[in-house]
Order: sequence, then structure tokens, then C-alpha cells
Amino acid sequence: MNAIEIKDLRFAYSHGPEILEMPEFHVRQGEKVFLFGPSGSGKTTLLSIITGILSARSGRVSVLGEDLTRLSASARDRLRGTRMGYIFQMFNLLPYLSVIDNILLPCKMNPHRAERVGADVEAEAWIIAEHLGIAEHAHKKPSDLSVGQQQRVAAARALLGNPDLIIADEPTSALDTDHRESFLELLFTNTKKSGAAVLFVSHDRSLARLFDRSISLPDLNLAAPSVSPAIKKPATKVTRTSSGKRVQKK
Amino acid sequence: MNYIRLTLHSLKNRALTTSLTVLSIGLSIGLFFGVERVRTAARESFEGTISGAQLLVGARTGGVQLLLYSIFHIGDSTNNVSYQSFKDWSGRKGVLWTIPFSLGDSHRGYRVVGTNENFYKYYKFRDSRSLEFTSGAPNADLFDVVLGSEVAEKLHYGLGEKVLVSHGVAAKTLESHEDKPFTVRGILKRTGTPIDRSLFISLEGMEAIHIDWKGGYAPSEEERISADRVRKMKIKVDTVTAFLVGLQNRSQVLTFMRNVNDYKEEPLTAVVPAYALQQLWRIVGYAEDALRIISVFVVLVGITGMILSIYTTLNERRREMSILRSLGARSHHILLLLVSEAFLLTVAGCITGIVFVYALLGGLQPIIEDQFGIFIPVQMPTLMEFGYLGCVLAAGILAGLIPAWTAYRNALHDGLSVRV
Repeated sequence: MNAIEIKDLRFAYSHGPEILEMPEFHVRQGEKVFLFGPSGSGKTTLLSIITGILSARSGRVSVLGEDLTRLSASARDRLRGTRMGYIFQMFNLLPYLSVIDNILLPCKMNPHRAERVGADVEAEAWIIAEHLGIAEHAHKKPSDLSVGQQQRVAAARALLGNPDLIIADEPTSALDTDHRESFLELLFTNTKKSGAAVLFVSHDRSLARLFDRSISLPDLNLAAPSVSPAIKKPATKVTRTSSGKRVQKK
Repeated sequence: MNYIRLTLHSLKNRALTTSLTVLSIGLSIGLFFGVERVRTAARESFEGTISGAQLLVGARTGGVQLLLYSIFHIGDSTNNVSYQSFKDWSGRKGVLWTIPFSLGDSHRGYRVVGTNENFYKYYKFRDSRSLEFTSGAPNADLFDVVLGSEVAEKLHYGLGEKVLVSHGVAAKTLESHEDKPFTVRGILKRTGTPIDRSLFISLEGMEAIHIDWKGGYAPSEEERISADRVRKMKIKVDTVTAFLVGLQNRSQVLTFMRNVNDYKEEPLTAVVPAYALQQLWRIVGYAEDALRIISVFVVLVGITGMILSIYTTLNERRREMSILRSLGARSHHILLLLVSEAFLLTVAGCITGIVFVYALLGGLQPIIEDQFGIFIPVQMPTLMEFGYLGCVLAAGILAGLIPAWTAYRNALHDGLSVRV
């Protein structure tokens, strides 16, 4: 069984142009996949489909053995809440909850996720926090932490509940180079134990070597503007801007 | 984690806006309830002008009119009741007491009322309270006068003060009964009724100052009868304006009333004071409705303020919604989150408002009673008021749906996209 299996996926926002056209894509269980793509190549849209927030217009999307196209919206929400971990680029945390409450939040929201942890969810949360070196900040508010620490809290939250799939949308873009690698190492040490697959999306190719496999999204997505190495795509020619997918990079 | 707890954390995080919103809802609800309380109390106070008397009798006229001129001292009677008739009815079987009122004169704009000792003994107002004296006693001498509390206060009169009575009821009358001054004998406690704005003399006293008057004109020098001479005369009371009747048995009221109305000797009118008060309130009750409408709008303004305050946070909270979605929250949970926020704000506002009203009424009650004669009871909220609270809560939740719907649409649209 593959963690992610996509066949003949097509997606467009209502009345918009086609954003995704993906004949084939898969991530094996426990595999760490690096997905490279510039702005406008449909990254966030793809991740929204894999996490079940958007549904494909046609084709087959199977995640963790579940055919998403056949699941109801609520079943997809449950699958995401129970068996996946998601890390954003930045601002992953609810500002009004303490660090430890942020880590515990998905297990409190999804009882099935808590069941996967076992008897003592809080103890497990502390162990993970300790692992990621944020235990001493557990009772602080996120705003009192550095960006690097915040991303580690987000990682701890994504890891709690032994999810089968971790999806990360440029979680290291706000970190400097040294911290990027150490963040990834920490993430991988923890996913190795649980055997979770990792789908990591970034525009920064330098990290690709740390992964099992590296794929260019424009190669997968026929609907993406062609980015052959010969012709540099001008920055102004970003055509797909629906869904607010205009991620500005510094 | 349940969404109420999340909401609580979120609200706590925005403590200043939250407390200001709660305060504004609280104030509007407080105002609403305060107005309700004052309205009810004003009405009860009005209806409590007379209690204990079963009937009010005067010359043939309308019930409300009789009440207006004899009790509220608004307007004048066109006809009086002969003293003979008054005596006749006072002596009837089943009559416990009667209180006569004789009107027509004034003192510096305040009405002078002729009455007898029964007034001090039997007159009851609001929940069967009797008249009490702050100082002095009921009048004993022919030229004694008892002052209502406001008269004594405004005119700075004390016991023993000499008071001149003017003929007629205009504030500035040329003709006054200068030769026969009255001495203040007693001052009544505040009642919150027209009694506070009246002066009370005996029926005989009222007769005495007019003894030498003829056809409404002051006597000439030679015709004038001095106070000392009047004292020695036997004064015969001619008429009274109206009188209150206390019956032994309430079941007699209808028969007695019919008998008075059918009285052959003189055309008379008898009304049940409570009923006449009710009719009169219906006329002045428009003010009550106006107050009520205003207070409803005040609450609406409060709730609008709440929608605004939730709305202003929505954009900065889109991020929060995306995070919750990524953690498995369903889009309708976002709806729930904001509606529960509106609900919590409204509940907190209701509680604040009620605490506010009780604190205020508790503190101001004696002052309001003293200054305006309106007694506002500090009691449990009535069933009606709980009904109002329910409506306010429902309105709060409905109002919360407006920003909640926007957030829900945002959440659907944003999904997991990065919005800061």
C-alpha cells in the first residue's frame, strides 16, 4: 500500500483554468519525498487535495489506503485529523494556547488520534517536546518563542499521535540554513520511529539531498507552466492566482 | 478540545476587546432592565396613589375626571357635594369610614385641601401604608395646617410657621385670606403621591376663611369677620368636593356604587379608585411604550457593537481558522467557534448587565424613593425579564451567525493556503 497514490488527477477552481493535471504520482509508506516547485505550480492546491480539504474534479486520489474521492467531507476531515500531520510555512500555532496545549490540540480535537497514542497522551506530548528541545518552553505562549522554536512546536504537534503521513509546506523557509538542516534531521529521527511517510514541498532545492526521492512538481503537473531549465520563467508571468496562492518569498 | 474552551482561550487572548464588548452589551442590557424596573415601579407607584378605599364619590362627572381633580389635583370640579349628602352616606350601614376633600384654595401654587381627622387615620397608599409625620401632629385648632413633604421642603417651612391661604388655585392670586393665617402644626413624610404637594386644613378651617366671602368675592372692610370672631361662631360646613369611602365588606362595593349613582337627593358619581387609576394610566401609558421601544433599540445597538467587534477580528483570525482546518476541524466547526464566541459574549454581557442593574438599584433605591417617591423593589428577575434575557441571547446568537458565516466562507476558500 502506498501512502499517497494519485492517478489522472484533474483539478480546477470553479470557472477557473485547470490548475492540476497529474497522470501519476505516488509516495510509498515511510518514504521521504521532496517535491520541488516554484510559485504557481499548484503546490498548495495539491496539498489541499491530498489532505482532503479540496476534492479532485476527476481521477483517483488515494491516501493511506482510503479513496478520497469516495469519502464524504467529514470522513476526509477525520482522516486528516487522525492520521496526518501538517506543518505550515510559518505561523503554525494558535497564539492564545500555550506551547504544550498547541501540541496537544489535534489529539484533543480528534479522539481517534489520541487513541493511537495510547494511555497517556500528555506524557507522550512531553516526550516529543523533550526530543525536539522545546520542553522547557512548554508553558510559554508561542509569541515568546523564536521562529525556529515555533517550527519545532509545529513539528511536535504534527508528530503526536503517530500519523502515517506528514505533510510539510515549506516549513523551513523562515529558518536560516543551519537550522533548516537540523530541523529536518529532528523531523526525520522522529518519523523513522513511527514509519511515517513525509511529503515535503519547497522551492529550495538545496534540501533535496536529505530525502529519499526528489521530484519537480512542474514535471508531474501537466497543467503547470513549463519550466524547462533553458527558459527562465519571468516572475510576472504567474497566471494562476486563484485560491490566494500567491506566496511571496523574501 | 471542545470549541467552547478554544473560544474562551481566544477571547481571553483578546481581553481588552472582549471586556469592552461585554461591557457595552452589559450596559445596554443594564439600561434595558433599569428602564423596565423604573417603568414597572412608576406604574406601581401611580397605582398606589390610593389604596384601601373602595370608592371615590363626587358630583356627577366622569370617573377619570373625578380622580384627576380630587386626588391628583389636576383641573377643578364643576360641582361640589353637599355636606348633607356626605353625612348621609357616611352614616350608611356598612361604611367603616369616609374621608372628605374640599378643594379650591392654594398656597403659593400648592393646593390647600380641607379634610377631617379620618384622613390621617384611614388614608392608605401603596401597599396599605398609612400617613406618617416627620414632625408635629394632625391639626387640632381651626387655623392649623399640615404640610405635605414637598411643600415643607421647597418653601422651607417648619412647625409654627404662619401660612396664608390664597383664594383660587393660580400660583399668583391677588386675593388671599390675609386676615386668617394658618399655623403649621405637622409635616407629613414623603409618600410619592400628590399628598406631598398639598397643604391640609380642617373642613371647618376651609369654611372659616370663606365665611365672610360672598359669591366668590372678598368682603369689604366693614363686612370682614375677624379670626377671633370666627372662632366663637358655630361654623357650618356647606359642601365637600369629593370623599373616599371605606367599606366593611368588599362585596358591598357594587351595590353601594349603584346606590350612590342612583341617589335621588343629588346627582353623584361613585368610582372604584383602582379602576379609575387603571383608565387614567391607559391615557398616560404611551410614555411607557416609548421607553420600552427605546430600551429595545439600546439592546440592538449593544448587539450590533458585538457583531462589529467580532467582525474586526475576522481577518486577523483567518490564519487561526486555517490551522484548525489542518488539524482536522470541519468547516462547520469554524461556524460553531464564532457563534459560540457571540454566545459567550452575550451571556457575559447579560450577567454584567444584571449585576450592574442590581448594584445600581440597590444603591439608588433610597435616593430614588426620597427624591421621586418611586419605590423600586430589589427583587429576583421576573419571569418576563427572564423571557427578555432569552430573547437577547437568541438575538446574540443570530447576530453571531453573520460574522460566523463570513468566517465559514473564508475557511472554505482559504483551506490550507498561507494567509498571514
